[in-house]
Amino acid sequence: MKVTLKVNGRVCSADVEPRKTLLDAIREDLALVGSHAGCEHGVCGACTVLLEGEPVRSCLMFAVQADGYEITTIEGLAPAPGELSVVQDAFCETHGLQCGYCTSGMILTGHALLQRTPEPTREEIVEAISGNICRCTGYGQIVEAIEFAGERLRKANAPRGSKGVDANQPHVDLSAETDAPQEGVLKAAQADTPHGGRP
Amino acid sequence: MSQQPVALRFVSSNRRVREDRRFVAGHGRYVADVVLDGMLHVALVPSQHPAAKILAIDTSAALKMPGVVHALTGDDLVRAVDPLMNGLDTPKVRRFPLAVGQVRYAGEWVVAVVAETRAQAEDAAEKVRVTYEPLPYVIDGEEAATDASPKVHPEHGTNVLLDKTFVWGDVEKHFAESPRHLSFRVVWGRNSTVPIETFGVVARWDAWREMLEVWASIQMPKYPDQIARALRIAANNVRVHQDVDVGGSYGVKRGIKQTVLVSHLSRILNRPVRLIEDRLENMRAGDAHGPERTFDVEVAFNDDGIVKSMKMKALDNVGAYAGRSPFQLGKPVGAIVGPYKIESVQYRAIAVLSNKAAQEAVRGFGQSPTNYAIEAAIDKVAAAVGLDRIEIRRRNFIRSHEFPYLIPSGTHYDSGDYHTVVSKVLASADYEALVKERDALRASGMMAGIGIAACLEPSGGNSSFEPLLNEKNTTSTWMDSCRINIDGLGFVTVTIHTTSAGQGHETLAATVVGEVLEIDPDLIRIVRPDSLASLPSNSPVGSRMAIMLGGACYHAAEKLKTKLKRIGAHQFGLSADNVVYAQGGVSDPRSNKTLSWAELVNIGHRQFHALPAGMEPGLETTHVMQVPTGTKLPENGRVQMYPCHSFEFHLVLLTFDPEIAKPEIRKYVIGHDCGVVINPHIVKGMTLGGIAHGIGAALLEEFSYDSEGQLLTQSFMDYLLPSSHEVPNVEIVHHCTPSPFTVFGQKGSGESGYLGSPAAISGAINDAVSPLGISFSRLPIRIAAISDAIAAAKNKQAEDYA
Repeated sequence: MKVTLKVNGRVCSADVEPRKTLLDAIREDLALVGSHAGCEHGVCGACTVLLEGEPVRSCLMFAVQADGYEITTIEGLAPAPGELSVVQDAFCETHGLQCGYCTSGMILTGHALLQRTPEPTREEIVEAISGNICRCTGYGQIVEAIEFAGERLRKANAPRGSKGVDANQPHVDLSAETDAPQEGVLKAAQADTPHGGRP
Repeated sequence: MSQQPVALRFVSSNRRVREDRRFVAGHGRYVADVVLDGMLHVALVPSQHPAAKILAIDTSAALKMPGVVHALTGDDLVRAVDPLMNGLDTPKVRRFPLAVGQVRYAGEWVVAVVAETRAQAEDAAEKVRVTYEPLPYVIDGEEAATDASPKVHPEHGTNVLLDKTFVWGDVEKHFAESPRHLSFRVVWGRNSTVPIETFGVVARWDAWREMLEVWASIQMPKYPDQIARALRIAANNVRVHQDVDVGGSYGVKRGIKQTVLVSHLSRILNRPVRLIEDRLENMRAGDAHGPERTFDVEVAFNDDGIVKSMKMKALDNVGAYAGRSPFQLGKPVGAIVGPYKIESVQYRAIAVLSNKAAQEAVRGFGQSPTNYAIEAAIDKVAAAVGLDRIEIRRRNFIRSHEFPYLIPSGTHYDSGDYHTVVSKVLASADYEALVKERDALRASGMMAGIGIAACLEPSGGNSSFEPLLNEKNTTSTWMDSCRINIDGLGFVTVTIHTTSAGQGHETLAATVVGEVLEIDPDLIRIVRPDSLASLPSNSPVGSRMAIMLGGACYHAAEKLKTKLKRIGAHQFGLSADNVVYAQGGVSDPRSNKTLSWAELVNIGHRQFHALPAGMEPGLETTHVMQVPTGTKLPENGRVQMYPCHSFEFHLVLLTFDPEIAKPEIRKYVIGHDCGVVINPHIVKGMTLGGIAHGIGAALLEEFSYDSEGQLLTQSFMDYLLPSSHEVPNVEIVHHCTPSPFTVFGQKGSGESGYLGSPAAISGAINDAVSPLGISFSRLPIRIAAISDAIAAAKNKQAEDYA
């Protein structure tokens, strides 16, 4: 069956069996192997991708069901090769991972949370990631990473008086008026320092 | 032993973990990401019976299915391969990747179906018809140990693989002299580490090069050797690629049967073959379950609560095959008295076969169950003499001035300051407030309890339990290695010789080499050669890499620094002892002249005429490191097991509703002393992750078999892993007692947290239910077990009252 998948802003066509999961199609047909198979029955969350911005389990969806939807995988978060998004960088800063196997799903889940809730409480973070099992970290440094990413997204290049910002958009300081460049503004992650700027 | 010319710059600093970058971007390279041209896929036909004779196998329908290339049976396989390595001296307990003639547990792999895609292989596997004659089976370990029970391996004559009693010290005399004794039983349920990535392996046999190439999700000592032996090929015909990221292991990723299976298939089919276990294959027959242990413990003590002697019988139900798992009864010998001054011990270790899946090494290698039993004993002695559970521990602890401390079973503990760690934890947690909070919760109608556990993490990963439990084994080294090369442009490349499963070995190696050479660790490249290009390594087992890989890197870097100093000194006309090495340069302290890194590199790589006489050109060193303290074989049942002993002290407050009984952990504080920390992020992650894993073992996780021998918990909907909801915010209180046996004073931390959290959680639940006069003596303590026991106790109270 022909299917058209919009993955990370790219339109891709694939010819898949109707029974093929979205996960297998992403990994095998699109060669995006950052999404991982953990349990293949919808519990562990290692296969999490964003469908229209919301986390879904790609092992529980057939590829044909995803036809036409906007899908974001972990490969779609990094702004450029070698660069990290704010959330990805925050996971490095707090070491919110060990083996990396659950990490793609965790980061996409954290990213989606911060998109809709710029200032989440600890309880909201715990709730958001509770469908993603991590066997390495005990979750402490993952919660810290999402808290830290939220803090940085709120602060980074934010217009004065503004509460939250879109992680994927350049941010212009409106109060700077004509002094503010309208193009070529650094994204938050580009303004990062090698060690996250933490003491 | 360690000499620090300058204060530590990179070691112990909060530097980022270099591996993290590729993982957060989704650019790890796991075995499932290895795709070779023409690769075939395997699906497996499982046994439905816990024990049955295989009468016939009909693969004809399967072979007619689309895409199917081959269907392999055990009878075919056994003609081409030797049995998998058996750690004990039990040659008649033979193990092959597929069942041969008989199945020995439900789920065991009987036929391997090979097809162009995994989906086609699965479809065809359903068409394989196996005719069985069911045989009697045994599930319970104690029953299996009796003469009357069905034999899992009839040729072996008994289900007992190992039954060895050690007596260290004057146990009978101490028992006779002690005014008080108590005895009890506790049971550690069968659980495991259950990584989110299942085991996977890809093998490619190249008949023209006579080379077997293997990519695997592996964490296993002697892996290439074991492959070569089973396949009857030379070990230098096996190339294991070690640049494969392992998606979690914590001990169990030792898929030797899977590897031998696909390697054999690749050899006969002349194409690359891959097996990535699905979750069901992994849970049921990945042969990756952990210890299942019944402890019978007896302790002799006095009215002050001082424990003088202990008798411990540990019976482990190891499942259908031996493997290496019975050794998990051996490692705890090296910390058999925990952090306590128990003067003598009788230890009986029994490993029994049953019709369950085979075990594999699990985080701690048997130490966490043993710590649970020891801590249960200490809690019971406290209750018996009416002492506070912290006070009794303080009274029995080894004192800080008594190290190195020789325990009865022959191990010297390196260092520690247990009393200080406890005091720091109590102060940090405000213990009195915690007790008040517990009492207030109880007054409000909730159940509430405080749990306490003190225990050790033996670290440094020697293999002394092998000769201890198997006299034919004469292994006395468990080395690890490092090679450092400075290239012609002055860049540094370090090789490490193992796979990693999230432990951060690249960060470890770069940090240590950077520290010694005084260069930025971020500028150092770390590579993992394949196994044929590697120096000896025994892989990251037994909390050993900070000590062993860190040690090997340190010594290799010191050798390189010495070489640079000799080169510099030769130009100055001085001896190497009289020059100063700083930040990559060598200077003459008299004239203040300095040769820079670039100048030294230029001499080393290009100017043989300027080298000291007899020096090899190039700037490359290697170091193969022996385990510190690992100097001899066991004598009279005593041995120095591991070199280092980290300490942890857990303090937990938990509460639950008496009817719903879902424990909520209100406070979790751990005091942790693993000596000098190399990377704080990594140690923190290990500790928090270990605690979460222990919460699973204490409350949720068990491979439960029913009376028919079927595994009930074979998906993540039945085998429950702790989620972010079950794991509390944990506070870590740090303390540092350097080890005198390691280069920086570091100890291991790869098993930290896990070694004490099951004991602490269990203690907290037992404290919570103690007002009802009940207690739990079996892990996991599930919600249903708690609410049922409370209901029964209340009914009994009501009946007694009536």
